[in-house]
Amino acid sequence: MRKCDIVVVGGGPAGLAAAVSAFEAGTKDIVILEREERLGGILNQCIHNGFGLHTFKEELTGPEYADRFEQLVYQRGIEYKLGSTVINVTADKTVTYVSEQEGLQKISAKAIILTCGCRERPRGGINIAGARAAGIFSAGTAQKLVNIDGLMPGKEVVILGSGDIGLIMARRMTFEGAKVKAVVELMPYSSGLNRNIVQCLNDFDIPLMFSHTVVDIKATNGRVSSVVIAQVDDKLQPIMSTAQEIACDTLLLSVGLLPENELAGYAGVELSPVTNGAVVDDQMMTSVEGIFECGNVLHVHDLVDYVSEESSHAGKCAANYVQNGMSATQYVPTCGTNGVRYVVPQKIRKDANVEKISLRMRVANAFKNVELAVLLDGEKIFSRKRPIVTPGEMETVVLGSELVARIKQGSKLEVTLLKGEEK
Amino acid sequence: MKKFICINCPLGCHLEVDDSDPNDIKVSGNTCPRGKIYAINEITAPKRMVTSSVPVSRSDLLRVSVKTSQPIPKDKIFDCLNEIKKAHAEAPVAIGDVIVSNVCGTGIDVVATRNAHKI
Repeated sequence: MRKCDIVVVGGGPAGLAAAVSAFEAGTKDIVILEREERLGGILNQCIHNGFGLHTFKEELTGPEYADRFEQLVYQRGIEYKLGSTVINVTADKTVTYVSEQEGLQKISAKAIILTCGCRERPRGGINIAGARAAGIFSAGTAQKLVNIDGLMPGKEVVILGSGDIGLIMARRMTFEGAKVKAVVELMPYSSGLNRNIVQCLNDFDIPLMFSHTVVDIKATNGRVSSVVIAQVDDKLQPIMSTAQEIACDTLLLSVGLLPENELAGYAGVELSPVTNGAVVDDQMMTSVEGIFECGNVLHVHDLVDYVSEESSHAGKCAANYVQNGMSATQYVPTCGTNGVRYVVPQKIRKDANVEKISLRMRVANAFKNVELAVLLDGEKIFSRKRPIVTPGEMETVVLGSELVARIKQGSKLEVTLLKGEEK
Repeated sequence: MKKFICINCPLGCHLEVDDSDPNDIKVSGNTCPRGKIYAINEITAPKRMVTSSVPVSRSDLLRVSVKTSQPIPKDKIFDCLNEIKKAHAEAPVAIGDVIVSNVCGTGIDVVATRNAHKI
Protein backbone atom coordinates (compact mmCIF):
# COMPACT_ATOMS: atom_id res chain seq x y z
CA MET A 1 0.00 0.00 0.00
CA ARG A 2 1.19 3.46 -0.84
CA LYS A 3 2.29 5.55 2.12
CA CYS A 4 2.27 9.31 2.43
CA ASP A 5 2.43 11.98 5.11
CA ILE A 6 -0.84 13.83 4.55
CA VAL A 7 -3.91 12.98 2.49
CA VAL A 8 -6.27 15.92 1.91
CA VAL A 9 -9.80 14.76 1.07
CA GLY A 10 -11.32 17.41 -1.22
CA GLY A 11 -9.70 19.97 -3.54
CA GLY A 12 -11.98 22.94 -2.84
CA PRO A 13 -10.90 26.11 -1.06
CA ALA A 14 -10.40 24.35 2.28
CA GLY A 15 -8.32 21.52 0.84
CA LEU A 16 -6.14 23.81 -1.25
CA ALA A 17 -5.39 26.15 1.65
CA ALA A 18 -4.70 23.25 4.02
CA ALA A 19 -2.34 21.55 1.56
CA VAL A 20 -0.37 24.73 0.81
CA SER A 21 -0.03 25.53 4.49
CA ALA A 22 1.09 21.99 5.42
CA PHE A 23 3.69 22.17 2.63
CA GLU A 24 4.93 25.55 3.88
CA ALA A 25 5.22 24.09 7.38
CA GLY A 26 7.66 21.51 6.02
CA THR A 27 5.55 18.42 5.38
CA LYS A 28 5.75 18.08 1.61
CA ASP A 29 4.61 14.52 0.98
CA ILE A 30 0.95 15.43 0.40
CA VAL A 31 -1.79 14.10 -1.89
CA ILE A 32 -5.02 15.97 -2.54
CA LEU A 33 -7.90 13.72 -3.64
CA GLU A 34 -10.67 15.49 -5.57
CA ARG A 35 -13.73 13.73 -6.96
CA GLU A 36 -14.48 16.34 -9.65
CA GLU A 37 -12.39 16.79 -12.80
CA ARG A 38 -11.03 20.12 -11.52
CA LEU A 39 -9.67 21.70 -8.39
CA GLY A 40 -11.54 24.64 -6.87
CA GLY A 41 -14.68 22.92 -5.63
CA ILE A 42 -17.92 24.90 -5.48
CA LEU A 43 -16.11 28.18 -6.24
CA ASN A 44 -16.03 27.23 -9.92
CA GLN A 45 -19.77 27.70 -10.21
CA CYS A 46 -19.91 30.78 -7.96
CA ILE A 47 -19.20 33.19 -10.80
CA HIS A 48 -20.50 36.26 -8.94
CA ASN A 49 -18.06 38.63 -7.27
CA GLY A 50 -17.50 39.40 -3.61
CA PHE A 51 -14.90 36.78 -2.70
CA GLY A 52 -11.54 37.54 -1.16
CA LEU A 53 -12.05 40.98 0.38
CA HIS A 54 -10.32 39.83 3.58
CA THR A 55 -7.65 37.60 2.03
CA PHE A 56 -6.65 39.59 -1.07
CA LYS A 57 -8.15 43.02 -0.30
CA GLU A 58 -10.03 42.94 -3.59
CA GLU A 59 -13.35 41.59 -4.79
CA LEU A 60 -12.86 38.48 -6.85
CA THR A 61 -15.29 36.06 -8.44
CA GLY A 62 -15.34 32.46 -7.20
CA PRO A 63 -13.24 31.02 -10.05
CA GLU A 64 -10.66 33.78 -9.62
CA TYR A 65 -10.40 33.15 -5.88
CA ALA A 66 -9.98 29.42 -6.49
CA ASP A 67 -7.31 30.09 -9.12
CA ARG A 68 -5.18 32.07 -6.63
CA PHE A 69 -4.97 29.00 -4.40
CA GLU A 70 -4.64 26.54 -7.30
CA GLN A 71 -1.58 28.47 -8.47
CA LEU A 72 -0.02 28.08 -5.01
CA VAL A 73 -0.57 24.32 -5.27
CA TYR A 74 0.92 24.14 -8.79
CA GLN A 75 3.95 26.28 -7.87
CA ARG A 76 4.80 23.91 -5.03
CA GLY A 77 4.27 20.82 -7.12
CA ILE A 78 1.82 19.42 -4.58
CA GLU A 79 0.34 16.19 -5.93
CA TYR A 80 -3.38 16.09 -6.63
CA LYS A 81 -5.59 13.43 -8.15
CA LEU A 82 -8.76 14.44 -9.99
CA GLY A 83 -11.79 12.24 -10.62
CA SER A 84 -10.81 10.41 -7.45
CA THR A 85 -13.62 9.76 -5.00
CA VAL A 86 -12.74 8.78 -1.46
CA ILE A 87 -15.06 6.02 -0.30
CA ASN A 88 -13.59 5.15 3.07
CA VAL A 89 -11.40 6.57 5.81
CA THR A 90 -10.39 4.49 8.82
CA ALA A 91 -9.18 5.40 12.29
CA ASP A 92 -5.76 3.90 11.46
CA LYS A 93 -5.63 6.54 8.71
CA THR A 94 -6.07 4.40 5.62
CA VAL A 95 -7.83 6.27 2.82
CA THR A 96 -9.63 4.25 0.11
CA TYR A 97 -10.49 5.99 -3.15
CA VAL A 98 -11.73 5.03 -6.61
CA SER A 99 -10.91 6.60 -9.95
CA GLU A 100 -11.39 5.70 -13.58
CA GLN A 101 -7.63 5.56 -14.18
CA GLU A 102 -6.53 3.75 -11.06
CA GLY A 103 -9.54 1.71 -9.98
CA LEU A 104 -9.69 1.03 -6.25
CA GLN A 105 -6.66 2.31 -4.34
CA LYS A 106 -5.58 2.68 -0.74
CA ILE A 107 -3.16 5.12 0.82
CA SER A 108 -1.80 4.84 4.34
CA ALA A 109 -1.34 8.36 5.72
CA LYS A 110 0.26 9.79 8.83
CA ALA A 111 -2.42 12.49 8.91
CA ILE A 112 -5.68 13.08 7.07
CA ILE A 113 -7.34 16.44 6.54
CA LEU A 114 -11.05 16.16 5.76
CA THR A 115 -12.14 19.09 3.59
CA CYS A 116 -15.24 17.59 1.98
CA GLY A 117 -17.43 20.70 2.15
CA CYS A 118 -21.17 20.43 2.42
CA ARG A 119 -24.27 19.41 0.52
CA GLU A 120 -27.51 21.28 0.02
CA ARG A 121 -30.49 20.17 2.04
CA PRO A 122 -32.84 18.52 -0.49
CA ARG A 123 -36.63 18.62 -0.77
CA GLY A 124 -36.86 15.44 1.31
CA GLY A 125 -35.00 17.21 4.10
CA ILE A 126 -37.88 19.63 4.64
CA ASN A 127 -40.79 17.40 3.54
CA ILE A 128 -42.63 19.67 1.10
CA ALA A 129 -45.95 18.08 0.14
CA GLY A 130 -47.16 17.88 -3.44
CA ALA A 131 -46.29 16.61 -6.88
CA ARG A 132 -43.04 14.81 -7.57
CA ALA A 133 -42.56 16.67 -10.80
CA ALA A 134 -39.71 17.92 -12.93
CA GLY A 135 -38.72 21.51 -12.25
CA ILE A 136 -37.64 21.22 -8.60
CA PHE A 137 -33.95 21.93 -8.08
CA SER A 138 -31.66 22.89 -5.26
CA ALA A 139 -30.33 26.41 -5.85
CA GLY A 140 -26.78 25.08 -6.22
CA THR A 141 -27.84 22.56 -8.87
CA ALA A 142 -29.51 25.37 -10.81
CA GLN A 143 -26.32 27.40 -10.41
CA LYS A 144 -24.25 24.60 -11.92
CA LEU A 145 -26.73 24.14 -14.80
CA VAL A 146 -26.70 27.84 -15.69
CA ASN A 147 -23.07 28.77 -15.06
CA ILE A 148 -21.16 25.60 -15.95
CA ASP A 149 -23.42 23.81 -18.44
CA GLY A 150 -25.17 26.82 -19.96
CA LEU A 151 -28.63 25.31 -19.45
CA MET A 152 -31.66 27.14 -18.07
CA PRO A 153 -33.66 25.13 -15.53
CA GLY A 154 -36.90 27.06 -16.21
CA LYS A 155 -38.62 30.29 -17.13
CA GLU A 156 -40.89 31.21 -14.22
CA VAL A 157 -39.30 30.66 -10.87
CA VAL A 158 -40.20 30.62 -7.19
CA ILE A 159 -37.32 30.30 -4.72
CA LEU A 160 -37.83 28.83 -1.26
CA GLY A 161 -35.26 30.05 1.25
CA SER A 162 -33.38 33.34 1.30
CA GLY A 163 -29.89 32.07 2.02
CA ASP A 164 -27.16 33.61 -0.10
CA ILE A 165 -27.25 30.93 -2.81
CA GLY A 166 -30.99 31.46 -3.28
CA LEU A 167 -30.56 35.23 -3.51
CA ILE A 168 -27.64 34.95 -5.94
CA MET A 169 -29.68 32.58 -8.11
CA ALA A 170 -32.65 34.95 -8.14
CA ARG A 171 -30.42 37.51 -9.85
CA ARG A 172 -28.69 34.98 -12.06
CA MET A 173 -31.97 33.53 -13.38
CA THR A 174 -33.22 37.10 -13.98
CA PHE A 175 -30.01 37.89 -15.91
CA GLU A 176 -30.67 34.89 -18.15
CA GLY A 177 -34.22 35.96 -18.94
CA ALA A 178 -36.28 34.06 -16.37
CA LYS A 179 -38.98 35.71 -14.31
CA VAL A 180 -38.41 35.21 -10.58
CA LYS A 181 -41.84 35.63 -9.06
CA ALA A 182 -40.96 35.48 -5.38
CA VAL A 183 -38.41 34.44 -2.81
CA VAL A 184 -40.23 32.80 0.08
CA GLU A 185 -38.58 32.66 3.52
CA LEU A 186 -39.90 30.63 6.46
CA MET A 187 -38.22 32.80 9.08
CA PRO A 188 -39.06 36.45 9.80
CA TYR A 189 -35.50 37.36 8.67
CA SER A 190 -33.08 36.30 5.95
CA SER A 191 -29.96 34.31 6.63
CA GLY A 192 -28.43 35.96 3.55
CA LEU A 193 -26.29 39.08 3.44
CA ASN A 194 -28.04 42.47 3.21
CA ARG A 195 -25.97 43.24 0.20
CA ASN A 196 -27.44 40.24 -1.63
CA ILE A 197 -31.00 41.18 -0.67
CA VAL A 198 -30.43 44.66 -2.09
CA GLN A 199 -28.43 43.78 -5.19
CA CYS A 200 -30.09 40.47 -6.11
CA LEU A 201 -33.74 41.12 -5.19
CA ASN A 202 -34.48 44.84 -4.69
CA ASP A 203 -32.56 45.84 -7.83
CA PHE A 204 -34.98 43.73 -9.89
CA ASP A 205 -38.15 44.23 -7.80
CA ILE A 206 -38.28 40.57 -6.78
CA PRO A 207 -40.55 40.24 -3.74
CA LEU A 208 -39.09 38.66 -0.58
CA MET A 209 -41.88 37.16 1.54
CA PHE A 210 -40.83 36.56 5.15
CA SER A 211 -42.69 34.11 7.42
CA HIS A 212 -44.02 32.23 4.40
CA THR A 213 -43.44 28.71 3.14
CA VAL A 214 -44.38 26.39 0.30
CA VAL A 215 -47.26 24.12 1.33
CA ASP A 216 -48.01 22.41 -2.00
CA ILE A 217 -46.46 21.84 -5.41
CA LYS A 218 -48.79 21.31 -8.37
CA ALA A 219 -47.83 19.81 -11.70
CA THR A 220 -49.14 19.42 -15.24
CA ASN A 221 -47.77 16.69 -17.50
CA GLY A 222 -45.04 15.90 -15.02
CA ARG A 223 -43.70 19.47 -14.79
CA VAL A 224 -44.24 21.97 -11.98
CA SER A 225 -47.16 24.26 -12.90
CA SER A 226 -47.57 26.19 -9.66
CA VAL A 227 -46.67 26.27 -5.99
CA VAL A 228 -48.98 27.12 -3.13
CA ILE A 229 -47.47 29.32 -0.44
CA ALA A 230 -48.86 30.31 2.94
CA GLN A 231 -47.89 32.50 5.84
CA VAL A 232 -46.65 30.74 8.98
CA ASP A 233 -47.48 31.51 12.60
CA ASP A 234 -44.92 32.12 15.35
CA LYS A 235 -44.52 28.35 15.74
CA LEU A 236 -43.68 28.21 12.01
CA GLN A 237 -46.91 26.33 11.24
CA PRO A 238 -48.66 27.30 7.97
CA ILE A 239 -51.87 29.34 8.28
CA MET A 240 -53.88 27.72 5.52
CA SER A 241 -56.36 30.58 5.25
CA THR A 242 -53.49 32.70 3.87
CA ALA A 243 -52.64 30.22 1.11
CA GLN A 244 -52.07 31.61 -2.38
CA GLU A 245 -51.09 29.91 -5.61
CA ILE A 246 -48.22 31.19 -7.74
CA ALA A 247 -47.97 29.91 -11.31
CA CYS A 248 -44.40 28.83 -12.12
CA ASP A 249 -42.51 26.03 -13.86
CA THR A 250 -39.57 25.91 -11.47
CA LEU A 251 -39.02 25.77 -7.72
CA LEU A 252 -35.51 26.37 -6.41
CA LEU A 253 -34.66 25.31 -2.87
CA SER A 254 -32.11 27.24 -0.84
CA VAL A 255 -32.93 25.74 2.52
CA GLY A 256 -29.64 25.09 4.21
CA LEU A 257 -26.33 23.31 3.89
CA LEU A 258 -25.31 20.06 5.54
CA PRO A 259 -21.66 19.25 6.18
CA GLU A 260 -20.73 16.08 4.33
CA ASN A 261 -19.45 13.91 7.17
CA GLU A 262 -20.01 10.33 6.03
CA LEU A 263 -16.25 9.70 5.80
CA ALA A 264 -15.65 11.19 9.24
CA GLY A 265 -18.35 8.85 10.53
CA TYR A 266 -16.68 5.78 9.01
CA ALA A 267 -13.47 6.70 10.83
CA GLY A 268 -15.35 6.96 14.12
CA VAL A 269 -14.90 10.73 14.41
CA GLU A 270 -17.13 12.28 17.04
CA LEU A 271 -19.64 14.65 15.43
CA SER A 272 -21.43 17.66 16.92
CA PRO A 273 -25.23 17.57 16.67
CA VAL A 274 -25.22 21.39 16.50
CA THR A 275 -22.74 22.01 13.66
CA ASN A 276 -23.14 18.57 12.02
CA GLY A 277 -19.35 18.68 11.74
CA ALA A 278 -16.61 17.07 13.79
CA VAL A 279 -15.78 17.99 17.34
CA VAL A 280 -12.27 19.46 17.07
CA ASP A 281 -9.57 20.87 19.31
CA ASP A 282 -7.67 24.11 18.76
CA GLN A 283 -5.50 22.49 16.08
CA MET A 284 -8.61 21.31 14.19
CA MET A 285 -7.86 17.72 15.15
CA THR A 286 -10.94 15.53 15.52
CA SER A 287 -11.53 12.93 18.24
CA VAL A 288 -9.48 10.49 16.12
CA GLU A 289 -5.76 11.19 16.47
CA GLY A 290 -4.24 12.46 13.22
CA ILE A 291 -7.55 13.18 11.47
CA PHE A 292 -8.19 16.89 11.01
CA GLU A 293 -11.21 18.72 9.70
CA CYS A 294 -11.73 22.27 8.42
CA GLY A 295 -13.86 24.40 6.11
CA ASN A 296 -17.54 23.80 5.44
CA VAL A 297 -17.37 20.13 6.41
CA LEU A 298 -16.56 21.31 9.95
CA HIS A 299 -19.19 24.06 10.12
CA VAL A 300 -20.85 26.13 7.43
CA HIS A 301 -18.98 29.39 6.79
CA ASP A 302 -20.42 32.50 5.17
CA LEU A 303 -17.16 33.79 3.71
CA VAL A 304 -14.60 31.71 1.86
CA ASP A 305 -11.88 33.92 3.34
CA TYR A 306 -12.61 32.39 6.73
CA VAL A 307 -12.53 28.89 5.19
CA SER A 308 -9.04 29.61 3.85
CA GLU A 309 -7.87 31.02 7.17
CA GLU A 310 -9.20 28.11 9.21
CA SER A 311 -7.82 25.58 6.73
CA SER A 312 -4.37 27.15 6.64
CA HIS A 313 -4.31 26.70 10.40
CA ALA A 314 -5.44 23.06 10.10
CA GLY A 315 -2.77 22.36 7.46
CA LYS A 316 -0.03 23.81 9.63
CA CYS A 317 -1.20 21.79 12.63
CA ALA A 318 -1.40 18.58 10.58
CA ALA A 319 2.21 19.13 9.43
CA ASN A 320 3.24 19.73 13.02
CA TYR A 321 1.53 16.48 14.05
CA VAL A 322 3.32 14.54 11.30
CA GLN A 323 6.66 15.96 12.45
CA ASN A 324 6.23 15.89 16.22
CA GLY A 325 3.41 13.51 17.05
CA MET A 326 0.63 13.99 19.56
CA SER A 327 1.13 16.52 22.29
CA ALA A 328 -2.25 16.99 23.91
CA THR A 329 -3.31 15.13 26.96
CA GLN A 330 -5.90 17.37 28.64
CA TYR A 331 -8.46 19.77 27.28
CA VAL A 332 -10.45 22.81 28.34
CA PRO A 333 -13.92 22.51 26.77
CA THR A 334 -15.52 25.54 25.11
CA CYS A 335 -19.23 26.26 24.96
CA GLY A 336 -21.68 28.91 23.82
CA THR A 337 -24.35 30.25 26.17
CA ASN A 338 -27.07 32.90 26.26
CA GLY A 339 -27.69 33.06 22.52
CA VAL A 340 -24.33 31.76 21.25
CA ARG A 341 -25.39 28.62 19.40
CA TYR A 342 -22.00 27.01 18.99
CA VAL A 343 -18.28 27.57 19.32
CA VAL A 344 -15.57 25.94 17.18
CA PRO A 345 -13.14 24.56 18.32
CA GLN A 346 -15.09 22.69 20.97
CA LYS A 347 -12.01 22.13 23.12
CA ILE A 348 -8.57 23.65 23.68
CA ARG A 349 -5.46 21.71 24.56
CA LYS A 350 -4.14 22.51 28.04
CA ASP A 351 -0.58 21.87 26.94
CA ALA A 352 -0.90 23.80 23.70
CA ASN A 353 2.03 26.08 23.15
CA VAL A 354 0.41 28.46 20.69
CA GLU A 355 0.47 32.19 20.11
CA LYS A 356 -3.21 32.62 19.44
CA ILE A 357 -6.48 30.76 19.19
CA SER A 358 -9.39 31.72 16.96
CA LEU A 359 -12.85 30.93 18.31
CA ARG A 360 -15.53 30.88 15.63
CA MET A 361 -19.20 31.02 16.55
CA ARG A 362 -22.74 31.71 15.47
CA VAL A 363 -25.60 33.20 17.42
CA ALA A 364 -29.08 31.66 17.51
CA ASN A 365 -31.04 34.88 16.88
CA ALA A 366 -30.39 38.46 15.84
CA PHE A 367 -29.44 40.69 18.79
CA LYS A 368 -28.72 44.42 18.87
CA ASN A 369 -26.21 46.28 21.04
CA VAL A 370 -24.61 43.24 22.56
CA GLU A 371 -21.38 42.54 24.33
CA LEU A 372 -19.78 39.36 23.06
CA ALA A 373 -17.82 38.05 26.02
CA VAL A 374 -15.46 35.18 26.76
CA LEU A 375 -15.66 33.82 30.29
CA LEU A 376 -13.03 31.58 31.84
CA ASP A 377 -14.59 29.74 34.76
CA GLY A 378 -17.07 32.60 35.02
CA GLU A 379 -14.50 35.41 34.88
CA LYS A 380 -14.67 37.76 31.90
CA ILE A 381 -11.33 37.66 30.05
CA PHE A 382 -12.40 39.21 26.74
CA SER A 383 -15.26 41.33 25.51
CA ARG A 384 -16.27 43.13 22.35
CA LYS A 385 -19.25 45.41 21.78
CA ARG A 386 -21.25 44.72 18.64
CA PRO A 387 -24.06 46.91 17.29
CA ILE A 388 -25.69 43.79 15.86
CA VAL A 389 -25.09 40.04 15.64
CA THR A 390 -27.15 37.81 13.34
CA PRO A 391 -27.31 34.04 12.73
CA GLY A 392 -26.14 34.62 9.16
CA GLU A 393 -22.83 36.20 10.16
CA MET A 394 -20.14 34.14 11.80
CA GLU A 395 -18.32 35.88 14.65
CA THR A 396 -14.64 35.30 15.33
CA VAL A 397 -12.75 36.05 18.53
CA VAL A 398 -8.96 35.79 18.46
CA LEU A 399 -7.35 35.18 21.83
CA GLY A 400 -3.71 36.24 22.07
CA SER A 401 -0.87 34.39 23.79
CA GLU A 402 -1.49 36.00 27.18
CA LEU A 403 -5.10 34.81 27.22
CA VAL A 404 -4.14 31.42 25.80
CA ALA A 405 -1.77 30.99 28.74
CA ARG A 406 -4.60 31.77 31.15
CA ILE A 407 -6.95 29.29 29.48
CA LYS A 408 -4.52 26.52 30.35
CA GLN A 409 -5.18 27.17 34.05
CA GLY A 410 -8.95 27.04 33.61
CA SER A 411 -11.49 24.29 33.39
CA LYS A 412 -14.22 25.78 31.22
CA LEU A 413 -14.32 28.44 28.51
CA GLU A 414 -17.64 30.03 27.75
CA VAL A 415 -18.60 32.45 24.98
CA THR A 416 -21.71 34.40 25.80
CA LEU A 417 -23.80 37.45 24.95
CA LEU A 418 -24.28 40.09 27.62
CA LYS A 419 -26.77 42.98 27.70
CA GLY A 420 -28.30 42.25 24.33
CA GLU A 421 -31.78 43.05 23.13
CA GLU A 422 -33.42 40.67 20.70
CA LYS A 423 -34.00 42.32 17.33
CA MET B 1 -37.84 60.98 -0.58
CA LYS B 2 -36.18 57.73 -1.70
CA LYS B 3 -35.49 54.69 0.46
CA PHE B 4 -32.50 52.34 0.50
CA ILE B 5 -31.17 49.56 2.68
CA CYS B 6 -27.50 50.14 3.45
CA ILE B 7 -25.31 47.22 2.42
CA ASN B 8 -22.13 48.12 4.28
CA CYS B 9 -22.73 45.88 7.28
CA PRO B 10 -25.28 43.41 8.71
CA LEU B 11 -27.10 46.23 10.50
CA GLY B 12 -28.83 47.05 7.18
CA CYS B 13 -29.89 50.57 8.12
CA HIS B 14 -33.02 51.82 6.37
CA LEU B 15 -31.87 55.02 4.76
CA GLU B 16 -34.09 57.85 3.62
CA VAL B 17 -32.69 60.27 1.10
CA ASP B 18 -34.02 63.71 0.28
CA ASP B 19 -32.54 64.84 -3.04
CA SER B 20 -34.93 67.73 -3.71
CA ASP B 21 -31.84 69.95 -3.68
CA PRO B 22 -29.16 68.13 -5.75
CA ASN B 23 -26.48 70.30 -4.17
CA ASP B 24 -27.51 69.34 -0.67
CA ILE B 25 -28.62 65.70 -0.53
CA LYS B 26 -29.93 64.85 2.92
CA VAL B 27 -29.58 61.32 4.29
CA SER B 28 -31.29 60.06 7.43
CA GLY B 29 -31.56 56.66 9.11
CA ASN B 30 -27.84 55.93 8.83
CA THR B 31 -25.85 54.88 11.89
CA CYS B 32 -22.44 55.73 10.49
CA PRO B 33 -20.85 57.91 7.75
CA ARG B 34 -20.57 54.95 5.36
CA GLY B 35 -24.36 54.88 5.17
CA LYS B 36 -24.47 58.46 3.95
CA ILE B 37 -21.82 57.87 1.27
CA TYR B 38 -23.64 54.73 0.13
CA ALA B 39 -27.00 56.54 -0.15
CA ILE B 40 -25.52 59.44 -2.12
CA ASN B 41 -23.81 57.05 -4.55
CA GLU B 42 -27.01 55.07 -4.96
CA ILE B 43 -28.99 58.19 -5.77
CA THR B 44 -26.47 59.97 -7.99
CA ALA B 45 -24.63 57.21 -9.86
CA PRO B 46 -25.58 53.64 -8.89
CA LYS B 47 -23.16 51.07 -10.28
CA ARG B 48 -22.99 47.28 -10.27
CA MET B 49 -20.57 44.60 -11.27
CA VAL B 50 -22.09 42.27 -13.86
CA THR B 51 -21.04 38.61 -13.94
CA SER B 52 -22.13 35.94 -16.39
CA SER B 53 -20.63 33.22 -18.58
CA VAL B 54 -20.09 32.74 -22.31
CA PRO B 55 -19.68 29.59 -24.42
CA VAL B 56 -16.09 28.58 -25.13
CA SER B 57 -14.95 26.38 -27.99
CA ARG B 58 -11.92 24.06 -28.28
CA SER B 59 -11.86 23.61 -24.49
CA ASP B 60 -12.85 20.88 -22.06
CA LEU B 61 -15.06 23.54 -20.47
CA LEU B 62 -18.46 24.35 -22.01
CA ARG B 63 -18.49 27.89 -20.71
CA VAL B 64 -16.06 30.37 -19.32
CA SER B 65 -17.20 32.81 -16.63
CA VAL B 66 -16.85 36.57 -17.19
CA LYS B 67 -17.24 39.86 -15.31
CA THR B 68 -17.15 43.55 -16.05
CA SER B 69 -13.64 44.74 -15.16
CA GLN B 70 -15.26 47.54 -13.12
CA PRO B 71 -18.79 48.30 -11.93
CA ILE B 72 -21.01 49.67 -14.71
CA PRO B 73 -23.97 52.04 -14.43
CA LYS B 74 -26.92 50.13 -13.01
CA ASP B 75 -29.25 51.10 -15.87
CA LYS B 76 -26.87 49.45 -18.35
CA ILE B 77 -27.00 45.98 -16.72
CA PHE B 78 -29.37 44.38 -19.23
CA ASP B 79 -27.78 46.04 -22.28
CA CYS B 80 -24.46 44.71 -21.03
CA LEU B 81 -25.93 41.21 -20.57
CA ASN B 82 -27.29 41.31 -24.13
CA GLU B 83 -23.81 42.01 -25.46
CA ILE B 84 -22.38 39.23 -23.31
CA LYS B 85 -25.02 36.83 -24.69
CA LYS B 86 -23.73 37.45 -28.22
CA ALA B 87 -20.13 36.79 -27.19
CA HIS B 88 -18.18 33.61 -27.63
CA ALA B 89 -14.68 32.67 -26.52
CA GLU B 90 -12.12 30.35 -28.00
CA ALA B 91 -9.61 28.45 -25.89
CA PRO B 92 -7.04 29.08 -24.63
CA VAL B 93 -8.56 31.70 -22.36
CA ALA B 94 -6.72 33.15 -19.38
CA ILE B 95 -8.21 35.01 -16.43
CA GLY B 96 -8.32 38.70 -17.38
CA ASP B 97 -8.56 38.15 -21.16
CA VAL B 98 -10.93 40.65 -22.75
CA ILE B 99 -14.08 38.90 -24.02
CA VAL B 100 -16.12 42.05 -24.90
CA SER B 101 -14.28 45.34 -25.14
CA ASN B 102 -15.89 48.66 -24.26
CA VAL B 103 -19.21 47.05 -23.39
CA CYS B 104 -22.18 49.32 -24.27
CA GLY B 105 -19.80 52.21 -24.79
CA THR B 106 -19.03 52.37 -21.08
CA GLY B 107 -15.28 52.19 -21.66
CA ILE B 108 -15.29 49.09 -19.48
CA ASP B 109 -14.33 45.64 -20.75
CA VAL B 110 -15.91 42.28 -19.99
CA VAL B 111 -13.07 39.95 -18.98
CA ALA B 112 -12.71 36.22 -18.35
CA THR B 113 -12.67 35.08 -14.72
CA ARG B 114 -11.60 31.51 -15.44
CA ASN B 115 -8.83 29.81 -17.37
CA ALA B 116 -9.96 27.57 -20.22
CA HIS B 117 -7.25 25.31 -21.59
CA LYS B 118 -7.12 24.35 -25.23
CA ILE B 119 -7.74 20.71 -26.05
